[in-house]
This record gives sequence, structure tokens and C-alpha cells, in this order.
Amino acid sequence: MVPDLHGFGPVLLEGTLMTVRLAVASCAVGIVLGLLGAAAKLSGSPVLRALGGAYSTVLRGIPELLVVLMIYFGASTVLMAAARPFGYAGYIELSPFVAGVTALGLTFGAYATEVFRGALQAIPPGQSEAARALGMGRVLAFRRVTLPQVWRLALPGLGNLFMVLLKDTALISVIGLEELMRMTAFAVGRTKEPFTFYLAAALIYLVLTALTTLALSAMERRAARGHGRR
Amino acid sequence: MDTPALEALDIHKSFLGHEVLRGVSVRARDGEVIAILGSSGSGKSTFLRCVNFLEVPESGTVRVGGEEVRVRRKRNGYAFDQKQINRLRARVGFVFQSFNLWPHRSVLDNIVEAPVHVRRIPRPEAVARAESLLEKVGMADRRDLYPNQLSGGQQQRAAIARALAMDPDVILFDEPTSALDPELVGEVLGVIRRLAEEGRTMLIVTHEMGFAREVSDRTVFLHQGRVEEEGESSEVFAGPASDRMRRFLSGHLT
Repeated sequence: MVPDLHGFGPVLLEGTLMTVRLAVASCAVGIVLGLLGAAAKLSGSPVLRALGGAYSTVLRGIPELLVVLMIYFGASTVLMAAARPFGYAGYIELSPFVAGVTALGLTFGAYATEVFRGALQAIPPGQSEAARALGMGRVLAFRRVTLPQVWRLALPGLGNLFMVLLKDTALISVIGLEELMRMTAFAVGRTKEPFTFYLAAALIYLVLTALTTLALSAMERRAARGHGRR
Repeated sequence: MDTPALEALDIHKSFLGHEVLRGVSVRARDGEVIAILGSSGSGKSTFLRCVNFLEVPESGTVRVGGEEVRVRRKRNGYAFDQKQINRLRARVGFVFQSFNLWPHRSVLDNIVEAPVHVRRIPRPEAVARAESLLEKVGMADRRDLYPNQLSGGQQQRAAIARALAMDPDVILFDEPTSALDPELVGEVLGVIRRLAEEGRTMLIVTHEMGFAREVSDRTVFLHQGRVEEEGESSEVFAGPASDRMRRFLSGHLT
């Protein structure tokens, strides 16, 4: 029995694509922030360590919905205040997509900071020493030797965070982004068939997370090259 | 007189106020093999690590092929030219006690990594060279395996090939057989012996006294961060001048 979507199938599909775009973009931003956060927390500089610590503590300590709202409304206030001295008095608004990526990326990055920190600490110092001893610079040694090994150790943790992120994209519907959740609510409002559409949305999220699981295990296998049993 | 291949002069280093090296000097002529001996805590590994700046010496001079590395002491650290140190390291091979092969890369990729990315040698050329080095250390049939699939002795031989791939002027060995099962020590020593026969300049920190005596031209004996005795290996092993060296040798040569 196929439920009748009353012609709202394409709308849901559009929402799904937006959800995926939002999740992927936020994840990319979050991975960069997480690496920077971890590098800061492990750095020799007390200032950087404090900054890294403050970032991961604060963003993991605030409800995500609040982060989303604060970024969306806060950013316009800040941008407008910044634009006024330059003679611009109009209304500036962050697009819901940019605000969503910023908010979800910041949060993902805060959690990823801890994932990367653990992974970085698990790599024996001899690994980068061997690279440096061959004349590689700090950046090259990090990129060629440390990072691929960090990646392998961090992947399961990052995968977990990505699953959470994928579902948290629904929060961005509150600031008007037309992602899956908002499109579902729209269809429900028009058809008065909440169960049909919420069930459809649930199934779509489930498919997305299932695909993520598959992709992750492929990535983990790839990253684990060389770490098999003898 | 020839410029020495390597000079490390008056090297000082302390950790948390404890002086590990109190002015150690070692000069290696081209083609010379120097064994560095000493009981644990004598500073021999630290000295070796200071030579290529894996540890930054507090004072002292390192010259490789006549090029001097300058380190200035600052209030909270040291000032040095990182590029110069990278250049020096590319000319000085280092073989670690624990191999430190990169587990995510095959044996071949471990070897070509630095030639390709530091020396910028085209990959096919680097691969061809790596293959001949693997042949030399008896690992030609293991090129596509990963380090975790190798025995300790094979890993160390691959690590030696990795160091050789940069065509270094000097190779530093930091207890290259100490992490190996006894039955695997011989194959690694065999490789190092062949390098000595080729006329490679090498500094070898080791606990294998018989090997040191046989392979090295000169022996430096460290005790509590100082050079306690130094001389031609044949003479030092036959009749050590210092009591400490004599006692050390009688404890190791049974």
C-alpha cells in the first residue's frame, strides 16, 4: 500500500535535498573548526588553549536551538550595527541557510574538537618525528603523516556526530529554511494528514541515516588500510 | 684537512633542570663509523637526537658538511632557522629504536614519501630507487605490504631503506636493535654492517658490544652526560683506559 502524498512528493524531495546540502555544508565547516579547536587545545600557547577550551565548552553547553536563534537574529543585529558607520541604514538579514550552516557548523565543530583532540593524542609522537627527521616541515608532516592517521581514529566519532547533525537540521526550519521538516509541516497544513507526512518524513530521515551508515563504513574501511591483522 | 662530515661540539641539554648532556663533542670524518656507548641515562640517545634537532640543544654547535646550524637562546625558547634545520635533516638520516614507519602507507610509500615531497624527485624515479634500496635490505618482495604485516626486523630494515632513500651524508642509528626479538637482531645488524662496508658515515648508539667492536672505527663512551672515553675501537675494546668503561664492557661482554 503506497500512501497518497497528494502531489507533495516533489516538495518533500526538494526539502530533502536542502536538508542534505545543509548537513554536508555544516559538517565541512565543523570539521575545519574541530581541527582548529583541537590544535588550539593542544597548542603550546596558553591563550590558544584557553580559546579552544572556551569554544568547545560554551558551544557544547548551549541548547542548539538557542544557538540557531542567536546566530540568526544576533548576526543581523551585529551586521547592521557594523554597517551603520559606513552609512548603510537598511535592514540586513542573514540567509537562513548561512545562519543554519554557521550555527550547526559551530556546534559540530565544538564536539569535533574533542573527537580530534582524542585522536591527535592517540598518535605516537614518533610518527611525526620520523617525518621531521626526513626533513619534512611541520605542515607537510601534519598533512601527510599525522592527519591521515587522525582521520582513521576520528571517523567513528565524526560519523556519530554527523548522524546527530543530520537530524538537527530540522531545527533550522524554525528560521524558515525550506528543508525537509518545514516542507513536511507545509504539506501537513495543506492536506490535514499529519500522520502520512510525518511518517514519510521519518522514513526519509531514516533512509538518509542508513545511507550515511553505509558511506561511513566504506570510509572507515578505506582509512583502515594497513591496520588489518597480520 | 678535510671538512668533517659531521661535527657536534660541546652539546648541552637538560630536562626539567636535570643536566643530561654536559658538553659532548663528537666529530665524524667522511666514511667513519662511530659507536656511541654508555649505560642507560648516560645521554647517548639524547645526544643523537640533538644532532638533528629532534631535541633542541641548549648550547653547542652542529655542522654538517661544514654548514653550521645556529641556535640562539631566547627568553622562553630558542631561535633557529627552521628551513635550515629541515635542510640539515634531509642530509642526516635517522633510524629509530621503534622504527616509526607510517602504518597507513605501504613499505614502498614509506620509502618514497620524503624523496617525492621533500626532494621533489619525480615519483617514478623515486620508486625505482626505492626498489633498489629494498633489494639491498632484502625486502624486495615486501614492497606492497603495510608495516603491521611485517616482523620487527623487517620493519627496521624498511626504516633503514627509508632513511637511505634521502641519500644522506650521515646516518644516525638510535639503538636500532633494542626493540627486536633476539632472533631478529642479526638481520638488522647485517644490513648496517653492509652500509659500513660501503663507506657510509654513521653514528650508532647500541648495546650490541660485539657488533660495535667489529663495525665501528671509533668508539665514544658516555657517562653522565660527558665523554668518559674515546678512541679507536680496536684499542678501546682491547684495553679501556677508564675504570668505568672497563666495568661497562665486562658487564656487557660475557
